[in-house]
Amino acid sequence: MRYAETGFNLEVDLTRGNIERVATDPGLTELHLGGLGTNAKILWDRVLPEVEPFSADNLLIFSAGLLVGTPAPGCNRTIVSTISPQTLLMAFSMMGGFWAPELKYAGYDKVILRGKSPNLVYLWINNDKVEIRDASHLHGKGAVETAELIRQELKEPKAQVAAIGLAGENRVYMASIEHGRSSASRLGIGAVMGDKGLKAIAVRGTKDINLAQPAEFIKLCNEVLQYIPVRDKNPVPGVMAILAGLGSPKEMTVHDEKWHTENFSWGNARQRRKDFWNEEIEKKWTESMENVRTRLISCYNCPMKCGAIISVPGISTYAMKCFSKLTYTMAAFSDLDFGFRIAQRATEYGVDAFSTPQVMAFALELYENGILTDKDLPGMPSDSEGRFYWLLDRIVRREGIGDVLANGTYWAAKQIGKGAEAYAHNNIKKHEQLPLKLSMLNPVYFLMYCTGEKSNITQIEGNFPQAPFPTMEERKEFVKDWIQVPDEKFKQYLLDWEPRGEHSIPYYPTVQMSCEIVDWQEKMHYIDDALGVCAGLSSFPLKPPYHIHNFPALISSATGIDMDEDRLTQIAKRNRTLVRAVNVRRGLRRADEKPPEDHWKKRFPELETKLLDAYYKFKGWNNQGIPTKESLQELSLDYVSEDFLRRGILTDEEEVNREG
Amino acid sequence: MKVEKKKKIIKTIKVDVDKCNGCRACEVICSAFHSTPKYSGNNPARSRIRVIHEPIKDIYVPVFAGEYTAAECMGRDKYVIDGKEYEECAFCKASCPSRDIFKEPDSALPLKCDMCESDPPLSEPMCVQWCINDALTYEEREEEVEEEVEQEDLDIGLESLANKYGLDKIMDTIARMSESKKG
Repeated sequence: MRYAETGFNLEVDLTRGNIERVATDPGLTELHLGGLGTNAKILWDRVLPEVEPFSADNLLIFSAGLLVGTPAPGCNRTIVSTISPQTLLMAFSMMGGFWAPELKYAGYDKVILRGKSPNLVYLWINNDKVEIRDASHLHGKGAVETAELIRQELKEPKAQVAAIGLAGENRVYMASIEHGRSSASRLGIGAVMGDKGLKAIAVRGTKDINLAQPAEFIKLCNEVLQYIPVRDKNPVPGVMAILAGLGSPKEMTVHDEKWHTENFSWGNARQRRKDFWNEEIEKKWTESMENVRTRLISCYNCPMKCGAIISVPGISTYAMKCFSKLTYTMAAFSDLDFGFRIAQRATEYGVDAFSTPQVMAFALELYENGILTDKDLPGMPSDSEGRFYWLLDRIVRREGIGDVLANGTYWAAKQIGKGAEAYAHNNIKKHEQLPLKLSMLNPVYFLMYCTGEKSNITQIEGNFPQAPFPTMEERKEFVKDWIQVPDEKFKQYLLDWEPRGEHSIPYYPTVQMSCEIVDWQEKMHYIDDALGVCAGLSSFPLKPPYHIHNFPALISSATGIDMDEDRLTQIAKRNRTLVRAVNVRRGLRRADEKPPEDHWKKRFPELETKLLDAYYKFKGWNNQGIPTKESLQELSLDYVSEDFLRRGILTDEEEVNREG
Repeated sequence: MKVEKKKKIIKTIKVDVDKCNGCRACEVICSAFHSTPKYSGNNPARSRIRVIHEPIKDIYVPVFAGEYTAAECMGRDKYVIDGKEYEECAFCKASCPSRDIFKEPDSALPLKCDMCESDPPLSEPMCVQWCINDALTYEEREEEVEEEVEQEDLDIGLESLANKYGLDKIMDTIARMSESKKG
């Protein structure tokens, strides 16, 4: 018997309409766990670098994490992997909700989709019965609407549905896959789904998930669950409200938006409004939220309440989580009421709430600067809110200028020309970033922005505080019960970290310390993404219930696989390296690894070079960010180094040169 | 006949639908607790508590499995509470032919909440322990019940059986049953 996992994947060929249930190799679970790890392995094996994102040969993989469906709290993530049409690199957007556990109960760990359906279809997985069904009647329907229509049509109110909206159907590079309160939004995976002619996947399962050592496992789950309210009652003092507790940033409960509205940039990631927040705005925005928020909700088997049901009078109800609350508001220089209204339409269209508002603000900036003219934007309204709706409608339909903007700021700027490139200023590896513009370079964040394989800061930052505590008392207080550190030395790094002076950024944490801090934070994300644990209870917040010291016992008692911290660290490193390998084979090199030029005002080119040099070395990569033969062999990834040598990505001489 | 008063503990799970965040942890831990060996597997379809939920309508009702019923209701009513429309089934505990909850998924045998009865007894049923948002809370209260009432029921029942089969046959049957119990 297989424990925690089902041991089966669904292989679906949409071109031929063929569906197979395929047993998986337990050896791969030992090497990669599951989720992102085994997704990366499949993409490495089966999607060669020549394969274009919109090719029948590109795969779209929906995976449950290894521990999804077990009683482990907050373990519910769906990891969707494919090649991104925007970055042309591996995309691995993830979502919470209820979809992945349902897939496990139906008897599958992954759904692997290849080919393209000639007509719009949806997949219906009902335990052993799996069918491809016609979706022509769902053409153009909203993502939330589609889920409801499918449940009604199947007479299965308990079916869990992941669907694309119009944006995905039209292969918009910001298209998301929507599922209730959750979405896999980043890097255009919804466009790949649309390209495959797949409107939705509905799943229903009533089978068991088994555990290897039930008593031990449930004891650990109880510890996690009992720690959550304790941690909730003891918010970390001295950090902003959204970082003080657990969960994804509690945007649906927090009314005080002083920090976001004054520290993040408005418009096209341009303008800081340092005295924006005042009592009047707080009162108005609090009312806006209280009027529309009907209930705080969670994902499967999680006591947190990171999402909310939003019912704006006059428009249909939807669910929201996290920072999409403010992205439209701030990009349009508008207010929260507008944010809730347009997010409803955007959710039905199925678009990424980080990139999309930025693309629209970018278009308006081009217009203000005469690069786009009335000829390009015929009939566009004159008010900011009206313009955002107007642009959104055109982007998801790829109408007129919308067809250009639908490819994101990087590609749109290239196509528009006339100096438009300078306005696509907030990208990393062609992907729109959070609108943060700061003053002094932070060495830890520099490395995370440069090298994060997902090109999204929230997917690599987390367990180490973002800024030093001003006083020694506060630092001592913080490290007192900091059991999550993988090594005691991290406590000292924090104790010695000062807001000013010799021990402050950019030179402290030192280069070596920065490498270690980044590596620790990233490692925790890779473990989460293989297990399907929500980062909100693990790699993202300070002092989370899941950490490197309790994960090994959780994994071994669930799966029966022998696990300790060293082995788990090695697996996380293997998975991380394999994702990099997929990208290196697709052309990723050092030149691509840089933060937006204007992310920090004060830059230190010499230090930055040192940081990147040291970090690459620390990771076992060469000076181009390519994993070396030795480090690949150490991770049992010999097949990668052989491929690199065959393709000339690595050469034997280069290895020799590095020694000298 | 002497009326005997007996103390009985009434176990109650109070459901506060406003506090439910729809996470279904109650389903997870219920099915895990009731699997054999304990916690060896989990499957919400086997749970004796289900969260009836329609997120878009803001309906979240945790319901416990009660008695099995062979027939579905003749009609189904609707309740409007605080402007939200609930199907009657949203509050119904029965394992019944009209729906697929509270039945073992493979055998369709009915499931019933047993308040996690176990030896030694738990402080609270597991679903309550795992609902840290307190949508489910546990209460016990003592009630005095009169044994006599049950006695009367028995009289009525036996009398109707005697009418149908004759008193002798009933006595024979009882004698045989008590013999086989002893053996």
